Amino acid sequence: MDGTALTCLTLFLPFLGALLAPWLTRRMGHNAAWVLALVPAAIFLHFIGFSAEVADGGIVTGGYRWVPSLDVGFYWLIDGLSLTFALLISGIGTLIVLYAGGYLKGHKQQGRFLSFLLMFMGAMLGLVISDSFLMLFVYWELTSITSFLLIGFDHTRQAARRAALQALVVTGGGGLFLLAGLLLIWNITGTTQFSTLFAMAPQLKESPLYLAALLLVLGGAFTKSAQFPFHIWLPNAMEAPTPVSAYLHSATMVKAGVYLLMRLNPAMGGTPEWQTILPVVGGTTLLIGALLAVRQTDLKLMLAYTTMASLGLLVLLTGFGSPHAIEAAVLYLVAHALFKGALFMIAGIIDHETGTRDIRKLGGLRRAMPITFAAAIAAALSMAGLPPFLGFLAKEEIYYALGRFDAWSVVFAAIAILGNALMFAVAFAIALKPFLGAKVETPKPAHEGPLLLWIGPAVLSLKGLAMAALAGLTHHLVSTPMASAIAGEPRLVEISLVPHLGVPLGLSVVTVVLGVLIYRNLDRLRALLAGVLADIGWGPDRGFDQAMRGLVGFSFRLTQRLQTGRFDDYMTVTFIALAVVLFATPFVFGEMPRPPVFPKDVPWHELAIMAIAAVGLVTVVLAKDRLTAIVSLGIQGFAVAVIFLLYGAPDLSFTQFMIETLVVVILALVMTRLKVYKTDHRPFRQTLPDATIAAACGLGLCLLLLTVTQSPFDTTLSDFFNLHSQAIAHGANVVNVIIVDFRGTDTLGEIAVVMIAALAILSLVRLRAGSMTTRMADNDPDAGEGSA
Amino acid sequence: MKSLILRTVAPLLIALMLMFSIFVLLRGHNEPGGGFIGGLIAVAALAIHGIANGVETVRRAIVFDPLAIAGAGLLMATLAGLISLWMQVPFMTGIWIEPSLLGQKVPLSSVMLFDTGVYLVVVGALTGVVLALEERGED
Repeated sequence: MDGTALTCLTLFLPFLGALLAPWLTRRMGHNAAWVLALVPAAIFLHFIGFSAEVADGGIVTGGYRWVPSLDVGFYWLIDGLSLTFALLISGIGTLIVLYAGGYLKGHKQQGRFLSFLLMFMGAMLGLVISDSFLMLFVYWELTSITSFLLIGFDHTRQAARRAALQALVVTGGGGLFLLAGLLLIWNITGTTQFSTLFAMAPQLKESPLYLAALLLVLGGAFTKSAQFPFHIWLPNAMEAPTPVSAYLHSATMVKAGVYLLMRLNPAMGGTPEWQTILPVVGGTTLLIGALLAVRQTDLKLMLAYTTMASLGLLVLLTGFGSPHAIEAAVLYLVAHALFKGALFMIAGIIDHETGTRDIRKLGGLRRAMPITFAAAIAAALSMAGLPPFLGFLAKEEIYYALGRFDAWSVVFAAIAILGNALMFAVAFAIALKPFLGAKVETPKPAHEGPLLLWIGPAVLSLKGLAMAALAGLTHHLVSTPMASAIAGEPRLVEISLVPHLGVPLGLSVVTVVLGVLIYRNLDRLRALLAGVLADIGWGPDRGFDQAMRGLVGFSFRLTQRLQTGRFDDYMTVTFIALAVVLFATPFVFGEMPRPPVFPKDVPWHELAIMAIAAVGLVTVVLAKDRLTAIVSLGIQGFAVAVIFLLYGAPDLSFTQFMIETLVVVILALVMTRLKVYKTDHRPFRQTLPDATIAAACGLGLCLLLLTVTQSPFDTTLSDFFNLHSQAIAHGANVVNVIIVDFRGTDTLGEIAVVMIAALAILSLVRLRAGSMTTRMADNDPDAGEGSA
Repeated sequence: MKSLILRTVAPLLIALMLMFSIFVLLRGHNEPGGGFIGGLIAVAALAIHGIANGVETVRRAIVFDPLAIAGAGLLMATLAGLISLWMQVPFMTGIWIEPSLLGQKVPLSSVMLFDTGVYLVVVGALTGVVLALEERGED
């Protein structure tokens, strides 16, 4: 098997694992996790194989053609950026699968959960590895869908269902923006692959459509990466089981937006728009996220809001785009994935083993859960940005990037310091408060979690330590290739644990001091924030509900307006449309017919027949009751049939006779069945518009027929049929030969339609008026919760 | 329907119309007529039957459910097209044979089978609708 096929298989491996998961879990129980963890482990090993080549500045591409005519392919691009992401996804994925095995042990639907988890992994892996725009988009939406399934896993709870739907609406809707943005980029540059897009960066940046494309792409990235004000779905997504929060909502999926920005940085970055929008949105998100995290008392919610803040920081740094900022973003992204994944799992262990994750109800767990405590301390040190952890390197690099003395940098340095100090406080609130102090009674007697649970956070915390200690190797294999890929040119990351005296270290010290101050006054600050938020009383989360209610209400009213359920409304609209088409078309194309020449010597019997038709019509209009009108319509039809006969169309005339007869019979039958007034009950103000519409349609059809008869007649087809009817099809009646032989397949379709129409009519006729219990009004959104 | 005249004339009229409908169907290839028109005539006959003698009588008289008749017609028309495929020519190509019957050559064709299918679809579908409508009036 060659490398291309092997990589392709690797991309589909998670989906194969997802197929096996339910079956395996039925047979092995929660121990199936050990087997299923082999899937991400194998993927991890496969991608590790690329690291030597990528570290030397190489780029691995490959793939297959998909829809060549549309320039759509299944191509992947493995460079420093996508490789780091792939390793994070598969590496943390391995630990998460094990963790999920322990966390949902004995759950009836554990197999389904593991299946969803692996599906998500496959989607996320495909997302970061995509070279083709459309492939990226498909995987992007696939992550939204699998995330929907995972958040709503506990589907019996209304809160979980709402959170799942909200995440789907926000991120899936953002995906549509992304699609439009990618199509626009394709339109501007003519390429559908990132690897060829980079060379066209100048063309893209100078295009007048650049800003539109940028805004659309940002619409996708900001919703996925929970930037303010699209962040609302992220805290609500904490309704998901903790393995999901640890995996999707800290380490992987929420970083997809950041990934996209980093991927597009060489092609779209560096412009004034880019360097303004991204830092402003990112900075806002950082501050709001960090403040809201302090406000929370639920461990998972605190972590969710700090994740939001971290994502804001990453967007900020990516937007800055200076060499140090890119390097800082790289280091922080990796460090964050490690420590946040670990902390989420720790929060899950605490919840699992004590029965609560409210920080006010926890304390003194250090003796009962020593391993968890150690892992929590290590992860929190990294999150707080203290040596000797990877988080420290990241924070030093951040301050290298921001610690300059122009006004723009100073503002964002201040934001970063405040945000980091708040996160510092939250990190230790999570790592220390539940473990230190006096022992507090918890709903369940606290004890250490099993191996399956603590192995994940332990490994991730140690990894944060090891990567910082072996900074040289980390930079060679991860930071430098990834920073180079984001910058679009070779970069060298050099920062190490040895502190240098200078502005960055000074800013670090300020952060720590501020952080300690906040930590000591955490309860007071929380109360203050709660008061402020209560005073504001409105947030985007409530706004989302209002928007959704508005949307449902609007569509309800619109549907009610369009679908009145009254037959005459539908008829009116249909005939107005018909009249417009009939009149507008000849006007627009200037094809009004010439006035017809009335023939001089018309035989008297033809005049008589026409008079009969006219009498029939006048009677229809003047008829007092419906039955008379129907029969009069028949008179007109028979007269027309006679005219057909006189002008040499016996088949047509024959059919017309039969149709007219049956129409009269059927209409009469229908009219007697319907509970309608025997006479026309419309008032004059309604009759007048109706009559106008009817006259317009009649006149329009008249014009159309005149135009048709005045256009030159092409006899090719009639000549052909006349010539060949007898010779080929052995039939003298050309009309019938056309129906059953020359165009027999058409007729086959038509009789199938007749059959289907009869079925539909029969079901309508048999539908009794009394059984129409579900009326549209029952779906009124204002009536109650309903199906929403 | 309580009209004595209609009920007296109806059997004659219906018999004539049904016979005529088959005549029109068969001569359709060379003279005005064909499966569609023939089918409409038959529907008219059955509709009169229903008005004169009640829907139940008609249902008993035609034995099969109208929709089953229509379905059989659709199947017949499709099979008529498929015969051509079996004969290694494109779908719907007319196949003709002229067996001798009592010394008289009788031209038969897949086209005629197809036209009969059309006839049955029209008869079945429209009779079904008309009878259902008449039925609703009775209860």
